[in-house]
Amino acid sequence: MLSKLVRPEAEAAADFLVARNVSYGYETKGRPSPPPVLAAFDLVITRGEFFCLLGPSGCGKTTVLNLMAGFLSPREGTLTLDGRPITGPGVDRAVVFQSDDSLFTWLRAIDNVAFGPRMTGMDRDRRYALAREYLRLVNLEGQGDKYPGELSGGMKQRVQIARVLANDPKILLMDEPFGALDAQTRTRLQDELVDVWGKMRKTVLFITHDIAEAILLADRIGIMTRGPQAHVGEIITVELARPRRRGSPGFGELWERINALIEGTREDEQ
Amino acid sequence: MSVLGSRRNAAAFSHAPPTPQLARLRAMLKGEHLLYLASIVGMIVLWHVIATTFFKPQFFPGPAVVFATGVEMVQSHELFEHIGISLQRILIGFFVGSAIAAPIGLLMGSIRKVRVVFDPYTQFFRFVPSIAWLTPVVMWFGVGEISKVLIIVYTTTFIVLINTMVGVANIAPNKLRAAACLGATPVQAFFHVTLPASLPFILTGMRLAMGNSFATVVSAEMIAADTGLGYLIFNSRLWMATDRIFIGIVCLGALGLITDRFFRYLIVRFAHQYGPIE
Repeated sequence: MLSKLVRPEAEAAADFLVARNVSYGYETKGRPSPPPVLAAFDLVITRGEFFCLLGPSGCGKTTVLNLMAGFLSPREGTLTLDGRPITGPGVDRAVVFQSDDSLFTWLRAIDNVAFGPRMTGMDRDRRYALAREYLRLVNLEGQGDKYPGELSGGMKQRVQIARVLANDPKILLMDEPFGALDAQTRTRLQDELVDVWGKMRKTVLFITHDIAEAILLADRIGIMTRGPQAHVGEIITVELARPRRRGSPGFGELWERINALIEGTREDEQ
Repeated sequence: MSVLGSRRNAAAFSHAPPTPQLARLRAMLKGEHLLYLASIVGMIVLWHVIATTFFKPQFFPGPAVVFATGVEMVQSHELFEHIGISLQRILIGFFVGSAIAAPIGLLMGSIRKVRVVFDPYTQFFRFVPSIAWLTPVVMWFGVGEISKVLIIVYTTTFIVLINTMVGVANIAPNKLRAAACLGATPVQAFFHVTLPASLPFILTGMRLAMGNSFATVVSAEMIAADTGLGYLIFNSRLWMATDRIFIGIVCLGALGLITDRFFRYLIVRFAHQYGPIE
């Protein structure tokens, strides 16, 4: 069994996003507080890796992401990125949301992508050149003049990805970004994301409840225990060569192994 | 309303190259326009039949009588004077009221402390009809234009303000979170997210307020004016000049319809990307 503290010998060199003993509970007025959603949550993500956080729905995956994005503050414990404590939202951590309601519907796709650079004061010509470049990267060349309402679900998620990349963050926090897409579109976007990640070598924390998705994408998969008081139980290193397919040798075995682990956490809780 | 709705959709499609579907849509729209016109004509005919069959013209004037009186009043320039002054009061009050209400509503929606400070006044005064203020306002500001405009400002303010607050409350939290992640300061987020995201609600509030402004101007002119459509309607009752009252009614309805359609046109033309209006 792998321990919660992963690869201690490698930590000193490559620690990037670190959660130490984090707990978080939602406040309730009047009633006694329910047990915390997260407790003793430890996680170390190394620079440049693609990390998937996998867990059953309702276990607190999104809470983890909201803490790392700085939308929420932990009740206990510390969160650091590249050695600096996380105290609120910042341009070093970009979030890709599951829902496309995070897009600015009154702006064209290209203006959405140029939004971050605009906020940080980049001049007009440079930020539109940049936005065009990133739209091309996510295969949306020529679609920049459309408003989000005129784009399909898959295209909207591509705009979201281009928008965060244009801001050159240190890490991408992705919260089930393909969860609401149809199977074909999802598969395509998974491939495209791996492709983009291969080119950019950004660190990615990707949240999903889909085992196959995690295996297709991740260098390492952290499996969360069932909430409340959830934490990362097992960490699996995915050794499969890229590009990966569902039919790749070893894929099925890995799927079964992870599925057994998730089922195991269910029995633990009962 | 359905005619206007379809027009909006047509505007949204107008970038697309002409296709058989689009041609069919256009043909259908023409059909709807025809229906719209037929509905108006039918109503006038019905009015004529009922008025001439069952009533004396002094009691219920038909369209012919009203039209003749209208022509007379146009020739004497009397009608345009009434229309002009009422419209002026409405528009000034409406725009001043919206200009006051939208920023306050945005701030109330965005900043909790501002909301707490303004909330009691909003919730109290929005139940006090503007006309209840007429006498004190006339006492304080005189019988001139200022009083009438102030009454319209008052009416407009609360409707636009509450709609604006609803608009801010309806902004998807992910939009503001995304803006924060992308480096927007709270002030930038206010101007680049909160304001554009709530614009459809502000504009809807303004359209509603426009309707109330018409109602209010008539009440105000009935009580404290010697010009305007409200005055025309109320003064004509002294001589049982029902035809003149009908002229006032028709003018109010037509003006309301035209200003609303114009407002809608402006929204579709310049702000359609901000989101649907109703």
